[in-house]
Amino acid sequence: MEIAVLIKQVPDTAAVTPRAMKADGTLNRSALPAVFNPEDLNALELALQLRETYGATVTAMTMGPPAAAEVLRDALFRGADRVFLLSDRKFAASDTLATSTVLSRALEKQGPFDLVICGTQAIDGNTAQVGPQVAEKLNINQLTYVEAVEEIAGGIIRARRVIEDGKEIVRSALPVLLTVTDTANIPRPWSVKNIMKYKNAKTALEVPEEKTLDRLKQKGLFIETLDCAKIDLDPSRCGISGSPTMVKKIENVVRRGKTHQKIELTDNGIKMLLTELIADYTFD
Amino acid sequence: MTKQQGDVWVYIQNRENRIVEASLEVLGKAGELARERGVAVAGLLLGADVSGLAADVIACGADRVYVLESPLLKPYTTTAYAAAVSRLVRKNRPEIFLVAATPQGRDLGPRIASALKVGLTADCTDLQIGSYVKPKTKQKKENLLLQIRPAWGGNIIATIVNPETRPQMATIREGMMKLPRRDDTLSGETIAVAPEITPADVQTTVIEQQLVEKTVDLKGANIIIAGGAGVGSRENFELLKTLAHMLGAEVGATRAAVDAGFIDHDHQIGQTGISVRPKLYIACGISGAVQHVSGMEDSGKIVAINTDAEAPIFDVAHYGIVGDFKTGVEKILNIYKTLSH
Repeated sequence: MEIAVLIKQVPDTAAVTPRAMKADGTLNRSALPAVFNPEDLNALELALQLRETYGATVTAMTMGPPAAAEVLRDALFRGADRVFLLSDRKFAASDTLATSTVLSRALEKQGPFDLVICGTQAIDGNTAQVGPQVAEKLNINQLTYVEAVEEIAGGIIRARRVIEDGKEIVRSALPVLLTVTDTANIPRPWSVKNIMKYKNAKTALEVPEEKTLDRLKQKGLFIETLDCAKIDLDPSRCGISGSPTMVKKIENVVRRGKTHQKIELTDNGIKMLLTELIADYTFD
Repeated sequence: MTKQQGDVWVYIQNRENRIVEASLEVLGKAGELARERGVAVAGLLLGADVSGLAADVIACGADRVYVLESPLLKPYTTTAYAAAVSRLVRKNRPEIFLVAATPQGRDLGPRIASALKVGLTADCTDLQIGSYVKPKTKQKKENLLLQIRPAWGGNIIATIVNPETRPQMATIREGMMKLPRRDDTLSGETIAVAPEITPADVQTTVIEQQLVEKTVDLKGANIIIAGGAGVGSRENFELLKTLAHMLGAEVGATRAAVDAGFIDHDHQIGQTGISVRPKLYIACGISGAVQHVSGMEDSGKIVAINTDAEAPIFDVAHYGIVGDFKTGVEKILNIYKTLSH
């Protein structure tokens, strides 16, 4: 079985420390560390588990700047078999639709895949759109919010997914795209063996010298970069020109400065608070 | 105002022969946008036997309801619904198409947008009509849908537009728009449309559904007593439940409290849970991470109790109590009893 996992390097929005705040109370985005998007780790883990059960090749892909090669090495350390970096200045500023165009084109070029697995959403945008948009572009079915794959047999997958007010068990023919929730599994850590094997894995951008590059290729440590030309994509379909949505305005959320009334933690303090709330009809 | 071509459409999600409330919230907002643009607002109902629900959609403000019925549309499957909706959108060309950002809406919306090759903004918290100047050509576009949403873990608010592609699509976060008041005197047109789908469009088989009865109604609550990691244990949450019971309130929680196993996930408030705006929000042992705050900061009155005087929750609170939440909640319990008599 051929499994592709789509992963993303994201700013760690979950760990907004005071250091990442500017003097005006807004977020200093460049101060946030870059991390492996959490649910993409669940996606990779599911792929690795399926490989153990059914036998598969696990290919991880990420679209991003050259520095995103970091999450590809991370994927290799956890057990991915092959990785690709989709990177090109022309991809920059892609919205979810343009991103799905790039990803689906790369999947077609490197595929075919029986399963495409991604995290439900990334913590920077929280849109949960790219998975379904890729599935539509590949013209394959999608199962979103997947918590468990129960069985794959005879080209049919059975999975459990989260829906409003509960769960459902569904069946679909392969190929299919899955988006995975953070409740699906606990991602495995790096393996020492894989770290030893892949710690020198590099992209061409990270290794400028031809000679070193050739050596990496011989050793299977070369991370291939796919640009617009390599995936045969018309540049007008990615980046700003391929993105129908435009950002009109960004406002920083100021999280400080609002003054509140201080209430003493005494009987009198609480009595004053409750009297005021009752007078405002808060409890009615 | 010049009359605009193209209506405002809303996908009306239904389940067990009932309309999902989040869709009606979106319908209410869609009505405002349609009036501002001088166009009609239409609802889309899909299923096997759903025409009976059209009257509800009209009573909640729709000028028109498209009813697409087929045995292939029950139960909901992504590809069949996406095919039926995309084909109708291509034919009728609405200007704006809105979907509630429920799990189903977030499954369906991007599939449709990708098929139509149009822009889609996820999880909007507000929508307005306004203009946009293209940075390169300086060309000004009027009467666009301004799609407003938080990003970067709630640390920025972005306004997004789709200047060229139609319809302008967005999914709308649950609990952000006011539920329209039902008015049975409203009239509207019901249009039955034969969905253009074949059995090949149904690519998922639903084997079984395990539905859990909802016992928590955070969205409908006037008062919420919420606890964070600082509450410390499942037992301590019982104290919050006691206060909630006395005040006729619901109990809410942060993701940290849910992840720690103090309380079930249906109580979770914030970016990965539900957004609320009750009249009164009592935050106990909640530090105030943006992911939580973005889901409750519009509450009428916020009372924060926390031992850390520097906790960010105090930045959004109207009343701040520095101290142990247990002492605070116990005092509120005892003193409220004496005052309410």
